[in-house]
Amino acid sequence: MFENILEKQNKKVMLLGNEAIVRGALEAGVRFVATYPGTPASEIGNSFYLIQRSHQKIKNLYFEFSVNEKVAIEAGAGASFSGLRTLVAMKNFGLNVASDFLLPLVYTGVKAGMVILVADDPNCWSSAQSEENTRAFAQLAHIPILEPSTPQECKDFTKFAFEMSEKFKIPVMVRETTRVAHQSAPVKLSKINIPATKGKFVKDTHQFVTMPPRVLEMHKELLEKLEKIRQFCEKSKLNLVNGSPSSDKSGIITSGASYLYVMEALGKLSIDLPVFKLGFFYPLPQNKLNNFIKNLDKVLIVEELEPCLEKEVNILAKDINPKLKVFGKDLLPEVGELKPEIVLRAIAKFTGKLTVGGSTSDSYKKPSISISRRPQLCPGCPYWLVFGAVKKAVNEKKVIFGGGIGCYMLAGLPPHNIQDYLYCMGSSIGLAHGIKKSSNQKLITFIGDSSFYHAGIPALINTVFNQSNPLVIIMNNDITAMTGHQPHPGVEDGAPIVKIEDLVKACGVKNLKIIDPVNQKEFIKTVKDFVNKKEVSVIIARRPCVFVKKH
Amino acid sequence: MNKDFNMVIVGTGGQGVITLLQILAEAALIEGYDVKTSELHGLSQRGGSVEVHLRFGKKVFSPLVARANADLILGLEMQECLKSCYYAGKQTKFLINKFFIPILGQKSITEKAIVKEIQRFTKNIIVIPAADICEKELGKNVVAGVYLLSYASRNKIIPLKPSSILKAIEQAVAKKYLELNKKAFKLAKTLNYEMGL
Ligand SMILES: Cc1ncc(C[n+]2csc(CCOP(=O)(O)OP(=O)(O)O)c2C)c(N)n1
Repeated sequence: MFENILEKQNKKVMLLGNEAIVRGALEAGVRFVATYPGTPASEIGNSFYLIQRSHQKIKNLYFEFSVNEKVAIEAGAGASFSGLRTLVAMKNFGLNVASDFLLPLVYTGVKAGMVILVADDPNCWSSAQSEENTRAFAQLAHIPILEPSTPQECKDFTKFAFEMSEKFKIPVMVRETTRVAHQSAPVKLSKINIPATKGKFVKDTHQFVTMPPRVLEMHKELLEKLEKIRQFCEKSKLNLVNGSPSSDKSGIITSGASYLYVMEALGKLSIDLPVFKLGFFYPLPQNKLNNFIKNLDKVLIVEELEPCLEKEVNILAKDINPKLKVFGKDLLPEVGELKPEIVLRAIAKFTGKLTVGGSTSDSYKKPSISISRRPQLCPGCPYWLVFGAVKKAVNEKKVIFGGGIGCYMLAGLPPHNIQDYLYCMGSSIGLAHGIKKSSNQKLITFIGDSSFYHAGIPALINTVFNQSNPLVIIMNNDITAMTGHQPHPGVEDGAPIVKIEDLVKACGVKNLKIIDPVNQKEFIKTVKDFVNKKEVSVIIARRPCVFVKKH
Repeated sequence: MNKDFNMVIVGTGGQGVITLLQILAEAALIEGYDVKTSELHGLSQRGGSVEVHLRFGKKVFSPLVARANADLILGLEMQECLKSCYYAGKQTKFLINKFFIPILGQKSITEKAIVKEIQRFTKNIIVIPAADICEKELGKNVVAGVYLLSYASRNKIIPLKPSSILKAIEQAVAKKYLELNKKAFKLAKTLNYEMGL
């Protein structure tokens, strides 16, 4: 409900974590927003898109769906360099794509505030690929990272991130996880405040040109800057301690959604002990943490996925309190997300309150009948026709089927079962090339249209340049479907269209056909023909998603 | 209400689960509670299982209901209720829409078998042919959820007043569908089912 995002100041409204990020950016005076969709971050772009197309359109605010995350972050940086506050949003995998630009960007720093929102998805609720933990980028890129727990914090931390970014001239990351992004709760609103100043890029080769030897100087300057940020972080109210000292000298350190489960569990177990809630993941407030662990006998680190915090606390403890017992992943899983009952059990064990049976027990009754309702292509989805035709055209056992990320990855589920590999956006073609160069098996690989623009083009050029012959089927449904139907460069949306067929031809592909899969006969015949070609061939399977509005 | 209220709604993609959640959250906010919900987006919306959580009370931290901690499980589809037993304890009430959406590659499970299974967790099970009622009276079964909310609120299964829920519907439902939803809400007042099992 994007209407709630635009409610008047001082009101308290229900907002999703992602909607609160949008509101926070608007309150901070964001002028430029760029994103590529990816759940659990998608509602951020969707909200801006809807707002800018509604009668409530915000003046002096520019929004775009970029072609991919790297382009989005580069565009955002350009706006920040020109003096406009900028938000760039993406899911975890997007940051991998953007990271090549991110590292030098942190070296050079920014001009106007630049916030990079990244959403992780522990448990892979809306992801394939991996349970990527973006915290690892702290060490790699030295980018400050904030971790909100609630929608209110999503809003407040985003505003804070803009201020901090501008104060230290460094991009600041706000990292959320699914249970924060898709948590809704009441949020108190302040004023939306978009300035009208014009952007202007002021030449400054000292800041913006990373050529050596300057780049090494920049590296050094960055480390000095980080030390200043760390001191700033020591005083920040985003890192706070709740609860009072316990008789057994125990404490908990946590952040993000995990903090919420900790508070819930302490209430349920009627335990009072000090809880250090970190708003910063990077840099960490080392002195504050040292003060916290100095007088403890044991500490429990409650965090999802890898033991990133736990490692840091172990390092601090070595100097300040070597006898401190640090618990974490010995009581909590490293795979999958945390849940209230998992944290409850860990805290019960940690504090010696574990009882047999009851809410802290590990075993529970399960229904004896289980169901498994897998996701499915929508009724009327054109992909039914594509998969059906392919299965009729070839002997499934003798052909390798390449998969990619999008609705078309449902090829891997019944009743289709034609997907022999699945990695990341664009890789369906890159992998196909390697397999075809190594083996003479037949190969058909699928790629979505949004994925093709995002990361498929270089891989297709590679098949021509380095001469392999997979059959590539581009699923041209005129939309980025899986993530909630966002437009892409091939969609009529008021902007110039970049035609897929023009790109494919320009890549040097000779065998190309555009077929509406409703024409099953032609589709089947073409697959049979193309799968035996000596050079790469492409079928553009053109038929809109059932959700595409007819113009 | 001195304890917080924990609710799970289950169904399948396309049944309007998230709209129901938004209605309830708004209604709880109207009554002055602290509220949290948790929803999931993405792949599951393609006809897969959908499960969302709602918690309200004086102060709530976790957006997720803990295992065996639900006060109410609202099932918009019968077979999905089996999965939600994870959240069921003795205190849990099940309010179920008598409605089946076939599962690909699996034989449909009978209502009797499902209810028997849930009875291992709790005795408080109410099955209402809400989809049929809405289909018959309004020509649309997607509003079965709103019908059940209305029923739950009038029969004190949810500690939220019908007037708050109606107000929330006006806020949360798109104009196009508002009349239909309001009709479904009123329908539960006139046709009152008592079908405890
Ligand atoms: C780097 C990266 N960015 C974003 C995503 C999220 N994502 C998953 S599927 C998808 C949509 C792909 O759209 P398209 O290729 O058109 O396929 P469709 O869903 O329409 O079949 C996106 C953006 C991702 N997995 N990886």
